[in-house]
Amino acid sequence: MFDNLTDKLNNVFKQLKGHGKLSEKNIADGLREVRMALLEADVHYKVVKKLIADIKERSLGREVMASLTPGQQVVKIVNDELTRLMGSEHEELNLSGTHPVSIMLVGLQGSGKTTTAGKLAVFLRKSGKNPYLVPADVYRPAAIDQLRKLGTQLTVPVFASTPDMDPVEICRQARVAALKEGCDTLILDTAGRLHIDEELMGELGRISSAVAPSDILLVADAMTGQDAVNIAQSFNERLDIGGVVLTKLDGDARGGAAISIKSITDKPIKFVGVGEKLSDLEAFHPDRMASRILGMGDVLTIIEKAQAVVDEKQAVELEKKLRKNQFTLEDFKDQMVQIRKMGSLTDLLNMIPGMGKMKQMKNFQVDEKEFVRIEAIINSMTPKERRTHNIINGSRRKRIAKGSGTSVQDVNKLIKNYAQVMKMMKKLNKGGMRGMGRGMLPF
Amino acid sequence: MAIKWFKKKGTKDKGRTLDPELTNTKQTEKNGNDSKPPYEQSMAGQPCEAPAPVASIKEDLPETESKKDNKDVKTGFFGRLKRGLRKTREVLTSDVDALFKGKTALDDDLLEELEELLITSDIGVKTVMDLIERIRSKSSKIKSPEDLKAELKREILSLLDAYTPTEKETSRHNPHVVMIVGVNGVGKTTTVGKLAARMTRQGKSVLISAADTFRAAAIEQLEIWADRAGAQIVKHKENADPAAVAFDSIQAAQSRGIDIVFVDTAGRLHTKINLMEELKKISRSISKNMPGAPHEILLVLDATTGQNALTQAQMFHDALGVTGIALTKLDGSAKGGIVISICNTLNLPLQYIGVGEQIDDLQEFEAKQFVDALF
Repeated sequence: MFDNLTDKLNNVFKQLKGHGKLSEKNIADGLREVRMALLEADVHYKVVKKLIADIKERSLGREVMASLTPGQQVVKIVNDELTRLMGSEHEELNLSGTHPVSIMLVGLQGSGKTTTAGKLAVFLRKSGKNPYLVPADVYRPAAIDQLRKLGTQLTVPVFASTPDMDPVEICRQARVAALKEGCDTLILDTAGRLHIDEELMGELGRISSAVAPSDILLVADAMTGQDAVNIAQSFNERLDIGGVVLTKLDGDARGGAAISIKSITDKPIKFVGVGEKLSDLEAFHPDRMASRILGMGDVLTIIEKAQAVVDEKQAVELEKKLRKNQFTLEDFKDQMVQIRKMGSLTDLLNMIPGMGKMKQMKNFQVDEKEFVRIEAIINSMTPKERRTHNIINGSRRKRIAKGSGTSVQDVNKLIKNYAQVMKMMKKLNKGGMRGMGRGMLPF
Repeated sequence: MAIKWFKKKGTKDKGRTLDPELTNTKQTEKNGNDSKPPYEQSMAGQPCEAPAPVASIKEDLPETESKKDNKDVKTGFFGRLKRGLRKTREVLTSDVDALFKGKTALDDDLLEELEELLITSDIGVKTVMDLIERIRSKSSKIKSPEDLKAELKREILSLLDAYTPTEKETSRHNPHVVMIVGVNGVGKTTTVGKLAARMTRQGKSVLISAADTFRAAAIEQLEIWADRAGAQIVKHKENADPAAVAFDSIQAAQSRGIDIVFVDTAGRLHTKINLMEELKKISRSISKNMPGAPHEILLVLDATTGQNALTQAQMFHDALGVTGIALTKLDGSAKGGIVISICNTLNLPLQYIGVGEQIDDLQEFEAKQFVDALF
């Protein structure tokens, strides 16, 4: 289902060899594919229609660049257009106003408001603020408990709301209480509600006029379908929202809702939720979202993640060792630990372009436990064995297998793999190391 | 993700040996034995009062605990369904009628507009293309909005009827075990609450297993629902091993002679392999106690979800063998058209639809009535 759009387009444009111009006739088929891709990514029908018209206009008569195939050319135009549409820069949270300022979270049921409230508290504290959590969801059973528990977990003070209180009154009283606690930023967690529920939407309006929040964030699920347009429009009309938090982006939803919401409300997406941990809230990058919606992977994030965990000095050290063919099993293990620091392999694979397709293949999955096993095996070797794998004979293998709780076959497999890597290194060394990125080893 | 998984794993042993939980279970068991029909014992007044032993609350106010008024309780299935789907119906009906304004035959413009209509219901591009093609092939017969509506209904019904609804025989197993799964925030816990209420109303004894030990206050939320529904509950502490909770629940249900057990699991994205493995483990631990169980695996989907719902269904189905689908939040303006694609491609029955926040706002799904209410 998630075929790479570039591949598809390349197929369409196969007949268009050479560097011709993009004409109405030869891009029509390509645009049909783009349209399908956008609709499959849950971009709203009307938005797609307009986008396609824009893209058509922009691509007509363009020279096909020498370095690109016509398919790539069209993808580039689409990508640029999407990025432009989503706003070119990241926009910050608005925290201006009289103290204490309030941030109000609104959205449908189950979009992730309470979790986002906790994540925002972490984010605010990191940027030197004193957040104060205010549970204003008196409808859903135990919603107040949920935020209170998050507060305890984070040691962030939580307003003592009870389910029999009026949400507007909660928010008003919380302002006073926040000042007493010495907090400067309130996070108002409102109840989930349907955008067509007049009564509850009216309540949001009352809260908003009672506390005059400096930012109102619509919390929306990245998996939302065509209805995203109606939801965003209703909330925006009622409340004049300041921005959007897109949640559950750690799944495989393409997140076309991001485009729909942005084009309908013209409000920036400020944050994205990328996991269940309370630190999993990230700034939104329009360009990366564009590639994701088109199913083209997110290489930038991988590079960033790698940069964050790979120690530059270690990498240089390693490169030296590799050159001299002194890459030991010990180094092998270190490498693995470093890569695992970047997050789960499955997550990483998801970001690599074209991997979406591979995942569709039956039984393709990365066994994270494999790493634990490899680490255990290497840990069960003596230092000498780690340096010179040649001395690991049958009885040593048996001992290592016993020590690591694996089988002799597992040990054999590891040593074989390692020997292969070494062989590859030798070849590469002959051809020069230039082709290899620092610290990123193939294995 | 990996880190979270380890965290969970690390706390498993703790959860296993918690004595207070076991005593808690026993206490509920004792209370559960003075058995009036659970329907009459149910429905505590305040949604958020401290969790009291369920069966000791005797009040027969099935609906009044909700905050909003609930006038049309007695309008029956069709009325409630129509009410829930009113918005959807308004949009579609008026649009289909408007499409035909001043026209006497189906032309390409009209088909394109119809395509827009169907796509904006989240039915999915491929299914819509198929539908449009079929309508096009019959275009000579279609002369009025009524014809078009009838034809659409027929085509959509044929997609929904691709499966044969299984007759549910909940009484054959003792207890009958239903596991509820789905991604985060689709309404699993609420669905469990509604299902439990439904069953107690039919005079069945119900036990809810609080196997969502991950999300903060999920257990408290479920306790309130159990209270409202007049069901028993088996719980451990937060961060306990969910498989252990499920295991204990089955044991408790067997010794108490419970008719039906609902296992509420934590929401998880279908892409997280570790968490999907955890679900399999819960299922295994249930079958360890009771071979053949869980008898049903109900996947909860959110009607506002777009095309990703299909992938969700596929992945959960691959992991666990889903037996049915519950589609929630149909009372909004989302049409949940993706279920048509899901039913069609995975051959799974859509069993329940959620059309509101009240405890009885869960309806058994019947394709014909659903489609009738749609147009």
